[in-house]
Amino acid sequence: MNAMSDAGLRVLSYSEAIREAMALAMEADPSVILMGEDIGVYGGAFQVTLDLVDRFGTDRVMDTPISELGGAGVAVGAALTGLKPIFEFQFSDFAMLAMEQIVNQAAKLRYMLGGEASVPVVFRLPSGSGTGAAAQHSQSIEAWFGHVPGLKVLQPATPEDAKGMLLAALADPDPVMIFEHKLLYKMKGPVPEGSYLTPIGKALVRRAGTDLTIVAGSIMLHRALEAAEKLAAEGISAEVIDLRSIRPIDHETILASVRKTGRLMVVYEGVKAFGVGAEISAMVAESDAFDYLDAPILRLGAADAPVPYNPDLERAAVPQVDTIEVAARRLARREV
Amino acid sequence: MSAPAATPDNRPFAIRTYAPDQLREALRRMYLIRRFEEGAEDSYMRGLIHGTMHLSIGQEASAMATCMDLTDDDKITSTHRGHGHCIAKGADVGRMFAEFFGKETGYCHGRGGSMHIADVKTGNLGANGIVGGGLPIAVGAALSAKRLGRRDVTVCFFGDGANNEGAFHEALNMAAVWKLPVVFVCENNRYGMSTPAAYATSVRNIAERAASYSMPGVTVDGNDFSAVAEAVHLAIARARAGEGPSLVENLTYRWRGHSKSDRNRYRTKEEIEEWMARDPIARFRAELIAHGVLDEAGADAIAEAAVSAVEAGIAFAKNSPAPAVTEVTRYVYAES
Repeated sequence: MNAMSDAGLRVLSYSEAIREAMALAMEADPSVILMGEDIGVYGGAFQVTLDLVDRFGTDRVMDTPISELGGAGVAVGAALTGLKPIFEFQFSDFAMLAMEQIVNQAAKLRYMLGGEASVPVVFRLPSGSGTGAAAQHSQSIEAWFGHVPGLKVLQPATPEDAKGMLLAALADPDPVMIFEHKLLYKMKGPVPEGSYLTPIGKALVRRAGTDLTIVAGSIMLHRALEAAEKLAAEGISAEVIDLRSIRPIDHETILASVRKTGRLMVVYEGVKAFGVGAEISAMVAESDAFDYLDAPILRLGAADAPVPYNPDLERAAVPQVDTIEVAARRLARREV
Repeated sequence: MSAPAATPDNRPFAIRTYAPDQLREALRRMYLIRRFEEGAEDSYMRGLIHGTMHLSIGQEASAMATCMDLTDDDKITSTHRGHGHCIAKGADVGRMFAEFFGKETGYCHGRGGSMHIADVKTGNLGANGIVGGGLPIAVGAALSAKRLGRRDVTVCFFGDGANNEGAFHEALNMAAVWKLPVVFVCENNRYGMSTPAAYATSVRNIAERAASYSMPGVTVDGNDFSAVAEAVHLAIARARAGEGPSLVENLTYRWRGHSKSDRNRYRTKEEIEEWMARDPIARFRAELIAHGVLDEAGADAIAEAAVSAVEAGIAFAKNSPAPAVTEVTRYVYAES
């Protein structure tokens, strides 16, 4: 039995929603397989694939050796020749061991072969800080892949999107990377039954406002919404946009909001420099929305340091509700 | 039905295994590879081809004999020295030249060039600019065949240089663990660019690596058509029977430099001449004549036909349209 939300919708956790998407896809399409380290009986490091091996067997829920480069490459080769693999990196940090296959192969094969080949692979990447796992298990590297033509890069913030984006990624003929925030896995929310696709490349206004625009994705969406709620009590009306997709990026939703509010803040967990905020800021600066700005653009990203271990340092290293609130207030009051 | 042979058949493997028309076709393709690469080199000197290329002149027996048992359903992954593999697998030299000339009619519509030449319809999943890049991809292709219940096998070409990449070791391990229908064919041409394999590799023969991955490994004279054909034939039979992967090492030599920048400072003229005396095409031709598969006139006719095919291919490429520069981003993603 699943819990029900106030609206009568079923409530699932983010990880349950992802698991449901994988199960639905595997039931509907025998070419869908799961690959990854310890995703079988162990259920994955974050239990996202729990029990799927019992339902679908070891031929379709394949534990890989600890070989990220090779494993990702096998998934690429399988996708090239008829399978639809969902490959789980145990932590997004480990994707760095597989950059060759992701960036040189998966992303470029269609182009290098002049459209004569497709690589419909999905990479799932548990991501982000807040678990005390320190510098090599806590990074937010999604922006790196935003720099790579040929990839699609998604960041679901809710259980509903986590399911819909995974199903949309599977329906997509190109390689898709889905960054799942580790702190969201237990978050619950309404999730529709059955199959549905969350459109790739569409941001969503989660809270309408008039005084400033806050663009945030993944866990930062929830922090931004909480900050916006506090600011509302002071009469500051923040519009909060869930970015959802880093590549392709939804220019129009962001520009339309900036034209309305005249103020833009981008909040993201990756290192501030050369990140998602730089891209969005430049996109606004290069557009007609620039003329609507009443204040400088503000970026809130991670400190210029590896993710630290000490819990106070770790918390201080990335944007939190209070830092978002303070920055948004300053922006709304034109104190920047 | 057939009576026991009175005397054992001591003819070379290829002669006693393949029909005369198959053997003549093999000789034709070997001549075609040689003339194609000479034509490409000449076109490069004339400024008709830009960039660089890696010629496999001297390695034709390795490419052709390896492909003898393959159909269009069987897959190969190739290397940056992949023109021979492409032709051996059945590609059209006109479309190959068109690709080298950067034309829209090329196999990759001018987006790939020499280093990414592919022909998906004949099962060639592509050359690769990254040493070792194709190894995990080949394992993935073999995984597709096994999971989807197909009978096709995948042959993975790679060079001696790739045997020291991590991807090589990860790929062989996974292919063995999952008992996949893949044949790893190492074309050991003695140098990874300028670095001797004997210096860079901890084992005397690269085929010895197979023991670490519980698969058969054999080293053969890569300029002896029959020796290569027999070793690969056994490996393919094993793969098709579901018994798993094998490693075949073809000892061969590239007559030309690594690429167009090579000044041959790492090897002697005497060494090159010694290997040129072991010309795999001349040897195969003599073998076919000695066993009555064709006569001198027949062999000459095949050699001359290769010259005309190359001339026609170059003419086709020259007369083909270039891609429209407005289409620079076409083929990055699937067209909806």
